[in-house]
Amino acid sequence: MLDRATAILLSFAAASLAVSGAQVVAAAPDQQKFSQIERGRYLTTLADCVACHTNPGTGKRFAGGRPIETPFGIVVSANITPDTKTGIGGWSDEQFDNAVRHGVRADGKRLYPAMPYPSYAKMSHEDVLAIRAYLATIPPVHNEVVSDQLPFPLNIRAGMRLWNALYFNDAEFQTNPDKPPQWNRGAYLVNGPGHCGACHTPKTMLGGDKLSQALRGGQVQGWLAPNITNDKAKGLGSWSKDDIVDFLKSGHSRVATVTGPMAEEIEHSSSRWTQADLQAIATYLKDLPGIQAKGSPVAANDPAMKAGQAIYRDVCSACHQLDGKGVPHLFPSLPDSAAVRADDATTAIRVVLRGARSVATSPEPTAPGMPSFAWQLKDDQVAAVLTYIRNSWGVAAPAVSADTVATERSNLAARTD
Amino acid sequence: MLLHRRELLATAAWIIAGTAVARASVITGRLPWHPTAGDPPTPVRPGPWQFFTADEAAAIEALADRIIPPDPKTPGGKDAGCAVYLDRQLAGPYGRRDGDYNRGPFMPAAKNFGPQAQNGPAADYRKQLAAFDRYCRAQHGGKPFAQLTDAEKDKVIADVEGGEAKLEGTDGRVFIDQLIKDIQEGFFADPIYGGNRDMVAWKMIGFPGARYNYLDWIDRHNERFPLPPVSIMGRGEWTPKAS
Amino acid sequence: MDAEGKLRAVMARKLPSKDVVIVGLGWTGSILANELTDEGLDVVAIERGPWRDTPTEFPPTYAQDELRYRIRHELFLRPDQTTFTFRNKTNQTALPIRSWGAFMPPNGVGGGGVHWNAETWRFLPSDFVLKTHLTQRYGAAFLPEDITIQDWGVTFEELEPHYDAFERLCGTSGTAGNLRGQIQDGGNPFEGPRSRPYPNPAQKQGFGHTLWAKAARDLGYKPFPQPSGNMSKAYVNPLGVRLGPCTYCGFCEWFGCGNYSKASPQTTILPVLIRKSNFSARDQSEVTQINLDSSRKRATGVSFVDSSGVEWEQPADLVILSAYSMFNVQLLLLSKIGKPYDPVANTGVIGRNFTHQCMSSVDGFFDKTKFNFNPFIASGAIGMCIDEFNGDNFDHGPHGFVGGGYLGQVQTNGRPIETTPTPPGTPKWGSKWKQAVRDYYLSNLKGGSIHGSMYSYRDVYLDLDPTYKDRFGRPLMRMTIDFHDNELKAAAFMTDKYAEIVKAMGATHVVKHARKGPYDVTKYQTTHLNGGAVMGSDPNTSALNRYLQSWDVPNLFVMGASAFPQNAGYNPTGTVAALAFWSAKAIREQYLKNPGALVHA
Repeated sequence: MLDRATAILLSFAAASLAVSGAQVVAAAPDQQKFSQIERGRYLTTLADCVACHTNPGTGKRFAGGRPIETPFGIVVSANITPDTKTGIGGWSDEQFDNAVRHGVRADGKRLYPAMPYPSYAKMSHEDVLAIRAYLATIPPVHNEVVSDQLPFPLNIRAGMRLWNALYFNDAEFQTNPDKPPQWNRGAYLVNGPGHCGACHTPKTMLGGDKLSQALRGGQVQGWLAPNITNDKAKGLGSWSKDDIVDFLKSGHSRVATVTGPMAEEIEHSSSRWTQADLQAIATYLKDLPGIQAKGSPVAANDPAMKAGQAIYRDVCSACHQLDGKGVPHLFPSLPDSAAVRADDATTAIRVVLRGARSVATSPEPTAPGMPSFAWQLKDDQVAAVLTYIRNSWGVAAPAVSADTVATERSNLAARTD
Repeated sequence: MLLHRRELLATAAWIIAGTAVARASVITGRLPWHPTAGDPPTPVRPGPWQFFTADEAAAIEALADRIIPPDPKTPGGKDAGCAVYLDRQLAGPYGRRDGDYNRGPFMPAAKNFGPQAQNGPAADYRKQLAAFDRYCRAQHGGKPFAQLTDAEKDKVIADVEGGEAKLEGTDGRVFIDQLIKDIQEGFFADPIYGGNRDMVAWKMIGFPGARYNYLDWIDRHNERFPLPPVSIMGRGEWTPKAS
Repeated sequence: MDAEGKLRAVMARKLPSKDVVIVGLGWTGSILANELTDEGLDVVAIERGPWRDTPTEFPPTYAQDELRYRIRHELFLRPDQTTFTFRNKTNQTALPIRSWGAFMPPNGVGGGGVHWNAETWRFLPSDFVLKTHLTQRYGAAFLPEDITIQDWGVTFEELEPHYDAFERLCGTSGTAGNLRGQIQDGGNPFEGPRSRPYPNPAQKQGFGHTLWAKAARDLGYKPFPQPSGNMSKAYVNPLGVRLGPCTYCGFCEWFGCGNYSKASPQTTILPVLIRKSNFSARDQSEVTQINLDSSRKRATGVSFVDSSGVEWEQPADLVILSAYSMFNVQLLLLSKIGKPYDPVANTGVIGRNFTHQCMSSVDGFFDKTKFNFNPFIASGAIGMCIDEFNGDNFDHGPHGFVGGGYLGQVQTNGRPIETTPTPPGTPKWGSKWKQAVRDYYLSNLKGGSIHGSMYSYRDVYLDLDPTYKDRFGRPLMRMTIDFHDNELKAAAFMTDKYAEIVKAMGATHVVKHARKGPYDVTKYQTTHLNGGAVMGSDPNTSALNRYLQSWDVPNLFVMGASAFPQNAGYNPTGTVAALAFWSAKAIREQYLKNPGALVHA
């Protein structure tokens, strides 16, 4: 993996190399572009293109066809292998750049922001060309993808013009001169290729970012992607930088164990990042200020708290231990979990009802699992135990109601993931 | 403008790779898992007898109440649900001897060679209860076991258990021994199986039930463990009390 | 298969060849698979039973179900799938074991490693050279008639690094007793010298165990904590796999562990193994035969039947037979590998030196107003033990028997169906029974374990039954086994010693249960069945050489306790695993470089 200094040097080198051939329809890659391709491969990993652009189970990397769930319906990912008929082999570099950073397809139609071009816009032209160079080297796959699957009137892509006007800031990343290089690198990664806000930033009704709440938690595919700012009450305030680095690298840390869509992200993307880049992310996230007051916990003698305490002692403590702190790198610490403490308890409810499995990575291969409680706990009991763990051990969060659990339970029954 | 989410979701099937993997015949790459995977138990529901006839059930309930008599502190076998337990067990795989080796030839054998009979517990109980009923009626002017006095009941059990009373066509000692075992099993098993109602047996002895974490108690020697028992389906305290 | 479920002589579908096929994915299968995939070989493991994993098969939401797992033994093999026939003596007709009793064979990925107690012992140095040692000390005339004990062909010193490797893999919790020759306080003073301490400190002990140890100490013994594969604290093993701390739930043996704190293939090896691109596993697939070429000196692979009844052939260059001990022997017999043992002619090797254990116990009943043992707070391998009466740790001269076992207060549970004893004289039912159960549940000691060895005899063996068949129409394996006077004498002797300790603790009733003959197939006494495909230096009396390689078929290695020439007074898994590591090393460093016989007798 390249370290940052080398990456910068290489990007200059690649830029100078790219000038001459960039406007031509891409043919077979120039073997001398090895450095650019390597850089592009790493950027592709940073941007996690493979996750959305690969249909799971087919083994056909980047060949598209994966249905992506959005609040508006299903969007199907495109084939970005170099196949000329069904992939992007026939696209020019500028057409590719227009798609990735400006949200416009080669045929002129607009992309939906399920493709996170608003984040990728922060990358540089050179970055995108490097990605293009890498993608040109992978095996072409013939796979005809029908991308248009949204219902009327959402399938009118021209409507994206208005959306872009409201929500799309089409500008490259601007270094903040008041912050050190590591912070800036972290800011670039989080807001650019890493596109963390695509999940972790809450969205408006129309699906645009609520910028004032950036990275403070968002709903995605039936999960709550938690607050990843340094907020002590709701975010990563109790996590050290090492905790963040460990988590992104291995899926596990002193206090956390990943599950859900983030497990997939770690497996395909952040577990393959350089140590320096992970530390940059940690630096940046720990510098995002908390804005939430702690709030007082629900009273210990509240009936839900007492019931929750009984359930916790009888069942949950088997793994999460009597003090809620779990076991480092194995069972998550509940008071340190942003997902547990989020105002939106979706992830916490989902994990209790459905169970959870973490991911195996080379540094942490165990991949422990949590069982499902849907058959064992009724709605008011799930609500009680969640209220208890969200309001014990020095943390506070709104109580969870039985109705919320019931709604979530029936939503989950409709899901197959 | 937004369509109902359910309709949108229902139009396509998707799998999240990474954590959920469908079972394949060859396992490779990752540990198989999918949400809600597992085989939790289905608790016994109260309701009509599934195996026993009404007369058989009356006899079993009465027997259960002598094997485990009620006392002021703890209910007896009947109230504790032991007959319900046995009824559901005999109606299920245990009654059928599912999983046992049931190929012939069937030969009589010494006890240390293990059970060799072709019948399973369900067939055995049917036969034994019929013979037991015939014996009781013959001894007590036509009255079935359930209508005898407690002292009469105890004598019948003891006589059959000891071999003084012979049952027609079946070994009464085997019947009583197995019955005692089954009734007491139902008494002490998790309440999800129909017996040990409200965990009365566990409360009687001080067994905390399906708990899993005693790390704060392993060092506390010779002290009474204070927490109440919990079943696999929980305990009353799990449900918030309306304030 | 045909309509009756019998295998037909039809061409099985042939799969692409693999470097290694592993039969049975339990402890030894997992260890060998991990070692050989590290060597770069393409490995497939074939397991008769289902895939098993913690959050799905034994989560701590419903694993703690005594009826389901201890009484109906749901995790274990169903006799309907396969069983054995049993008789005490050669002149009797064997009958099928229709329902398990004396032992309970495992089934499924992880094998017995899923539901074992996790008692992790090493055998004594003298155990490995038993024939030589006992003959030297007591003379051949002292040994019982018809005893067929043998030296193993491998020594404790050779196995020591591999015991260590298994303990490291498992995070075994214990207190060293002999560190490189220096006796350590608090450990087992009789153990063979170990190179390193245990990777985890010993587990904590309950009141009953602690009190027993004190009484034992006062009587002059040297009690020590049982070496335990239940984690005394969170642990990460050399493969990077993590285990959590044991929470003393009391639902250990017979049950899967719900919180990743019992060492098993699932919690120590499989997460790493499954990620290797050169490893795959088939579950619900029963290997029916090891196939040989026409010379009958080379295995070509195995045949197996999947859950749909379809027969397949898996060719491979190397076959590792790593099923449960009895099934190893059965497969050798059915595949016609090695000469079957004939007890009358005293020829042949497959099936000889078959052993079990000779277990005894002592129950203690105490005054409930003075003693509260909280028996439900325990783990599977908790316990305090003394080793003064194991192996040849004491002079057997005055006693007229050989062998012995550890004595351990190893009460592992307070599960009420099995652990509500009443003192002798209590009726089996009625209000007196009920009251006695009430009075003694918290103040009984029912874990007294006398883990007696069982040496091997000429008339205790395995062969194929002439009458009873399995679901494929193949003969069941037949066990001919009874206790000999030697073991029963040892049992009575040790039981008396144990009872003294319980009495010294202050019991009001001490109830001795010294093992009595005949061998009873209905009375459980561990699943430590051994022998039948033993290792040794002489192909006339062993099936395997000292590397567990078949004398007859050099590309076949047979793991497991089937290799034990006789059983020692300990639980076998530590030794089974050490032998697996030892064999794996020989395969990697010697066999793969030059396939062929590693030992020329």
